[in-house]
Amino acid sequence: MKIRGKVWKFGDDVNTDVIIPARYLRTFDSSVWPQHVMEGIDPEFSKKVQPGDIIVAGRNFGCGSSREQAALAIKLAGIAAVVAESFGWIFFRNAINNGLPAVECPGISKAVETGDLIEIDLEKGVVSTPRGILQIKPYPVFMREILAHGGLVEYFKRKIRGD
Amino acid sequence: MSTAVEKIFARTLGRRVEAGDFVEAPVDLMYFHDGTGPLVLKHLVEEMEVTSIPHPERTVIVFDHSAPPHNDQVADLQRYVRKWASKLRIKYLYDLGEGICHQVVPEKGHVKPGQIIIGADSHTCTLGAFAAFATGIGATDMSYALATSTLWFKVPETLQVKMKGSLSRGVYSKDLILYIAGRLSASGALGKTLEFSGPALASFSVADRMTLCNMAVELGAISGFCPVNEDVLKFLRSRGAHADFTSSTDEGAADEVVEVDCSEVEPMVAAPSTVDNVKPVADVEGTPVDEVFIGSCTNGRIEDLRVAAAILKERRVAEGVRLVVVPASREVYLQALREGIIEELLKAGAMIGVPGCGPCLGLHMGVLADGEVAVSTANRNFVGRMGSKKARIYLASPATAAASAVEGRIADPRRYLP
Repeated sequence: MKIRGKVWKFGDDVNTDVIIPARYLRTFDSSVWPQHVMEGIDPEFSKKVQPGDIIVAGRNFGCGSSREQAALAIKLAGIAAVVAESFGWIFFRNAINNGLPAVECPGISKAVETGDLIEIDLEKGVVSTPRGILQIKPYPVFMREILAHGGLVEYFKRKIRGD
Repeated sequence: MSTAVEKIFARTLGRRVEAGDFVEAPVDLMYFHDGTGPLVLKHLVEEMEVTSIPHPERTVIVFDHSAPPHNDQVADLQRYVRKWASKLRIKYLYDLGEGICHQVVPEKGHVKPGQIIIGADSHTCTLGAFAAFATGIGATDMSYALATSTLWFKVPETLQVKMKGSLSRGVYSKDLILYIAGRLSASGALGKTLEFSGPALASFSVADRMTLCNMAVELGAISGFCPVNEDVLKFLRSRGAHADFTSSTDEGAADEVVEVDCSEVEPMVAAPSTVDNVKPVADVEGTPVDEVFIGSCTNGRIEDLRVAAAILKERRVAEGVRLVVVPASREVYLQALREGIIEELLKAGAMIGVPGCGPCLGLHMGVLADGEVAVSTANRNFVGRMGSKKARIYLASPATAAASAVEGRIADPRRYLP
């Protein structure tokens, strides 16, 4: 699986309250969430982001609350992947469970700037940037399968239950 | 040579387990609340098309995030959770007013040492205070676990905080965990279990241990952990939960060890807007305050309300400051009533909220306006957490919060203590 896209770069410890505040969560209308994505850092982000773009961040991206809408807001805004030095663990699980590749890539935040084009090759385990190629931490097999199914719900239905 | 968490997984799986292993493990206890519950049940029922679950008796729901609902949309989502809780025959539903899930679940005797516990809330790590492996997860993970009673885990490495010495007068477990967060940073325990140990641990009550473990996630930890002691076992026995796991981490098994001298800690705050932006209260003393919140899963217990009442007794909240006190549970509220604490707080000018999360996550009961400053005993001071993105939040102990309410400015609590 290759993902090629334009970078939006953020810093360290981006928390789920700035990705999406709690007051927008109390609805089943999922179209609300991407309208507020990253609002705590850049109120205009949802208007600027294009489908296929990639978020790049520093350490501990998605730290904080367990709210799955943080991963969903990013995914529904059209973001193709999040590449970070490291992730908050709950966010990481939520991203994979919703079919959003969360890619741990040490060195990424120094290698790219907003506007750069990068390519993530999940099979080869590399990210190609304008300033060189970086290695990524490979996913275990079951996590690749969850992503390949588009998330944990489909993985459960097809792989576990055998629908 | 194993860590306590490795021993918990090994015991459950019946084989040797090492940190870093990916395992699929049965889950002993699953809980969620009215905030995450709607998405959990929608995924489970509407998307996974599961309408019966194998272990409804291992499942607990606590309504705490919007207690009571602050608008019709929230009331409707809560009704959705009640409806499916009943259809799925989920055995334990503690409805509005019972308190915060991380407080109610141990109070009602659901927690035992050595259990593997998941909660659809990041502060599930609080229950590490009872020597369980307890971790927060998202809605889809919870749906999967409800459907299968299992979940995959990466067995975490352990970062052990060895604590020695004792806390000075006016310094509390909250100051200590803020101090540790300041030293280790918001990613200092990333992906690990943050375990509290050392000679000082014996002096920490059940409530203190819950405060320490509660904030493990703020250092990036997957879970918090304290080995049991007689106080913890006594608490559990009184709730009908009998312990058969009393192991701790073997010497040398932790991935990383940090030593902390409790006697060096003074009253601390986490200044805006990260939990690791920690300073002594002395550095920010005098900062004008608009709201003080005493409550939350970090510091809404009876011990916390006692400290606050001791400072506020026969004093008044400063003019123009709103003091919001929210007991962590109905049980805490009743005990505070019996001890006369609620009366003292009310006479001092406090507003008392319904047991639950209160204003911690900015939904109701004290939402902050542009430019306002709050002192909060909760666990997060992120931008926009309690309302306006232009509000600023200082995290502090209940004592510092109460002293700040009296002065209308951030204040050192030590001059108010006998």
